[in-house]
Amino acid sequence: MTRYLITRLWQSAVTLILASLVVFIGVRQLPGDPALAMAGEEATPERVEAIREQLGLNEPLFTQYFTFVGNMLRGDLGESTRTGTAVTELIATTLPVTLWLSAYAILVAVVVGVVLGIIAERFRGRWPEWIANGLALIGLSVPNFWLGILAILYLAVTLGWFPASGYVRMGDDPLDAIYHLTLPAIILGTSLAAVIMRQTRASMIETMKTDYVRTAKAKGLGRGRVLVRYGLRNSLIVVVTIVGLQLGGLISGAVVTERIFALPGFGKLTLDAVFTRDYPVIQAVVLIITVGYILINLAVDILYSVINPRIRVGGSTR
Amino acid sequence: MTDTRTLALVTSDLGSGRGRVWRSLRRSPLGLAGGVMLAIVVLLGVLAPLIAPYGPAEVNFGAPFQQPGTVGYLMGSDDLGRDIFTRLIYGIRVSLQVGLLSVALAVLIGTPLGLLAGYWKWLDGIISRLTDVTLAFPFLIIAVGLSAISGPSLTNAAIALGIAQVPTMIRVVRGETLRIRETDFVLAAQTMNASGLRIIFMHILPNAASAIIVQATVIMPVAIIGEALLSFLGLGIQPPTASLGIMLSDAQQYISRSPTAAIFPGVAIAVICLGFNLFGDALRDALDPTTTAPSRKKSKK
Repeated sequence: MTRYLITRLWQSAVTLILASLVVFIGVRQLPGDPALAMAGEEATPERVEAIREQLGLNEPLFTQYFTFVGNMLRGDLGESTRTGTAVTELIATTLPVTLWLSAYAILVAVVVGVVLGIIAERFRGRWPEWIANGLALIGLSVPNFWLGILAILYLAVTLGWFPASGYVRMGDDPLDAIYHLTLPAIILGTSLAAVIMRQTRASMIETMKTDYVRTAKAKGLGRGRVLVRYGLRNSLIVVVTIVGLQLGGLISGAVVTERIFALPGFGKLTLDAVFTRDYPVIQAVVLIITVGYILINLAVDILYSVINPRIRVGGSTR
Repeated sequence: MTDTRTLALVTSDLGSGRGRVWRSLRRSPLGLAGGVMLAIVVLLGVLAPLIAPYGPAEVNFGAPFQQPGTVGYLMGSDDLGRDIFTRLIYGIRVSLQVGLLSVALAVLIGTPLGLLAGYWKWLDGIISRLTDVTLAFPFLIIAVGLSAISGPSLTNAAIALGIAQVPTMIRVVRGETLRIRETDFVLAAQTMNASGLRIIFMHILPNAASAIIVQATVIMPVAIIGEALLSFLGLGIQPPTASLGIMLSDAQQYISRSPTAAIFPGVAIAVICLGFNLFGDALRDALDPTTTAPSRKKSKK
């Protein structure tokens, strides 16, 4: 276990360093000289040169990289060139929106996906399985932003069951906040639910064929008990893995979901920054998503090794 | 059990692999349905310039918001009087282009890296770290970066989507390589002193091909939905070019006035992706020898 943890931590550290290098180099590829942008069109060459010096742009790239990493570690992400607000402040106000939305979407996806997966396994070859499989195929094939548009049109505007847009902070009124996030979370969760359903079904079918399940059945354990005790536990491993793997897709999905439902989240911050060429914000957003992704995956892997003893014993990385 | 297994092995060796795959594909009604959907969609996309009654960006201020079925407007027209059917088939064309480009990118980068990582253990560590780094950048973030650097475009969208799919491609090919490397014929080649590269390209790659093809059918719908998403957000193809994502983003502006304008592009994306998913599933079953012949099902453990 310890050996596994050390290897995994080491790998994450290397990935983090490489990712920060990619961001650092990427930012330097952005068009426009930051010193020129700060100094303004009319500035004299001397003034521009002074700002270059002040920003450390004349330092060797190597030194610049360490300054960059140092600033990030100290939580100094710079200021938005558009509004002058500290980037950390922008992130502090927008990130919770996205985190709540994503957590809610994962919850919806896991519940729907696992339940449909169990139904598909339990009723193999009969109509409930066909319906569950059909739903999964639709979830995989239909773009969720289109579903979102349709949901707003029919569920929110025509039927009035849900608010079409707007955000309530979890701290202000939790129930209303959940109510406002329900439709976006369902929309964001659809494709994840489809993937989870398919994998749960496959893993259940595999588990049900194993010898220990046959033994359990032979001992007279009811089908439902077997399903919960063995099938579910094994599919849990699968679910955790998928959520980790699909995190990137979930982040991309969250951006577009926020756009459709006009939620003031991280995705909106990202898009606004891209369209106004607000480089410090773009850099911070990319960095936070990447670091977050790496850290969450590390957490998922550790969690995974806790529920799946095979990994711990082997001590291997796979 | 052993008898049926050897028998099945012998017969499948006698019948050519392609014939077996084709027979299995034909037996799958869902796969066939997917194939038919794809054939229609590809024909529409490829022949778009010949079929389309108008130009894709041809504006007619005299005829905005025509209902579907109006003479001359099969699927109605949008806010600028552009024919939705015309834009739809041009949009399908763009979707297929981006899809093919990103699949090509994922296959061309992912396959060699996967082969190398699977065959040589010392390369595995390096390539795994590269995969991890790439995975840490969701395709939307790669697209955000690329459009910040060189502006949003079809090529950038395809590159972002392709790069994002490279890690999964590497994993699939690597897994296949690890499996094939242990087979007897590779061992035989190794004892005959064949070079590593020769074994990889002459023995492993041909046997990994079916897994690569199946993975390509998985990537395709993901890339097509991704393109629509990027264009919807304004990070992909730029108006007035017709893209299914742009059509949806336009349609959202006047959705209460003309909901049908938002229906057709979405259905088109769904049909393309459903086609690829159904066809890909059937192809996977057909190419996977453990699931093809019903007579062998029992011999599976």
